[in-house]
Amino acid sequence: MEFLNNIFVYIAQWIRETLAALGFTPVWVEMGMGTVYLVSILGVCTLAALFYVLWERKLAGYIQYRPGPNRLGPNGWFQTVADAIKLLTKEDVVPCGADKPVHLLAPVFIFVPTVLALAVVPFGKGMAAIDLDLGIFYLIAVTSLSTIPIFMGGWGSNNKYSLLGAMRAVAQMISYEIPLVFSLLGVVLITGTLQLQGIVAAQSNIWFVFLQPVAFLIFIIAATAETNRAPFDLPEGESELTAGIYTEYSGMKWALFFLAEYCNLFIVSAIGVTVFLGGWQGPLLPSWVWFLIKTHLLFSFFIWIRWTFPRIRVDQLMNFGWKFLVPLSLANVFITGIGVYIYYNGLGW
Amino acid sequence: MELHVIAFWLIAFVTLGSALAVVFLTNIVHSALALILTFLGIAGLYLTLNADFLAAVQVLVYAGAVSILIVFGIMLITRGDGRMADTNIFGKYKYTAAIVITAFLGVLSHYIIKTPWQMGTAALSENTMGDIAELLFSDYVIPFELAAILLTVAMVGAIVIAREVKNPK
Repeated sequence: MEFLNNIFVYIAQWIRETLAALGFTPVWVEMGMGTVYLVSILGVCTLAALFYVLWERKLAGYIQYRPGPNRLGPNGWFQTVADAIKLLTKEDVVPCGADKPVHLLAPVFIFVPTVLALAVVPFGKGMAAIDLDLGIFYLIAVTSLSTIPIFMGGWGSNNKYSLLGAMRAVAQMISYEIPLVFSLLGVVLITGTLQLQGIVAAQSNIWFVFLQPVAFLIFIIAATAETNRAPFDLPEGESELTAGIYTEYSGMKWALFFLAEYCNLFIVSAIGVTVFLGGWQGPLLPSWVWFLIKTHLLFSFFIWIRWTFPRIRVDQLMNFGWKFLVPLSLANVFITGIGVYIYYNGLGW
Repeated sequence: MELHVIAFWLIAFVTLGSALAVVFLTNIVHSALALILTFLGIAGLYLTLNADFLAAVQVLVYAGAVSILIVFGIMLITRGDGRMADTNIFGKYKYTAAIVITAFLGVLSHYIIKTPWQMGTAALSENTMGDIAELLFSDYVIPFELAAILLTVAMVGAIVIAREVKNPK
């Protein structure tokens, strides 16, 4: 049991010792470990995206009372493989008059914030690639970069729908970043640390979803908006903008955007689990199994939201964000602050 | 050569290169994107100095927020197909610019030469976040609150400007 719990920690230790035994200096051992971490993160990212593309289609089928993909392989489980091969072999179309370098670099850069964010997520006990002191603050900083590739894609395509989609995406993402950050701040106030492992450890008795239910709700809503998914999929908005920022993308470049969307949703679920749902803590099963189960459930919840609610209008989106979510999240931080003060200092009489 | 020295030169090279690209590229969108790379490079330089909090602030505020502001500006006001010459109305004053830049460079290099650069001897703090928080809420609490007031004033101003005019006479 103990062995299973620590299996990935042992693997990392073994690689580190092997590298040291091969006669590398400590600096190069660290570099080697960095490469191992990077490759594992990319692996997790890709596997998660491949699995969840299919899982979303299956679940969507279930919600809409239809079979979903069910032809290729047992129950259609190889559908994503076929789709991936199709996308890889498609012609690479660059629209005439497009800003070529920007158009081509956008789907590459969209992965940068994703990979950077996964580096600090604790997948299990002692299983974060880097356990930064800054933790949540680092996550917020890194994810704030994700608007730029989307703007690049919208601008570089030289298409009015793409540009409109990009403007919507940028406006939406900066509006909903504020409630997202404030919802995480409540938990930081309680734990007094930004370190993700510390936040997980602080939830050994009670999950923060019970102490911060409002913050969790705000987090779910803002995270859906940040990942541009229905009911907040206005940047794509196929009934109004053809495909928004993705209009001119096809083949592999489109696949990269698609992959990044699922990776981002996986990260958002992982952060939600880490901050509000007790992280890797749980009885009996190994910590990383608990983490994956919880992340899977939260991810499925996001899918459920997507296939249940209709898309909202731009003005509704802005009004809801600025006039409801921002004040509510501020009030939550304020009340949490008072609560924490009273908890530590008493009422003072 | 030690690893952090290599890292410093690499990051410095990228930062300076992208800063030059900001000035020399003719397309205003490309310039803005190069500017984002410059901001990120400076964050990298902070990291090589062990200032991880500052690096995160740099990424969040400059690369994440200020750049978005610039991008918004470009999307809303660009004329033509984004060539710098169409948008930048001050682009014609070559000689004035040369004089101002030479004066600025002169002042800057004067003070760089005059400053006695010393290596810090104080031990690095393990918990930069906690130290910064303590300083912000003790010695620097008044500037901190003043900054908050400044931001509030700016926000109120923005709302007043952006509010739709009712019953325009």
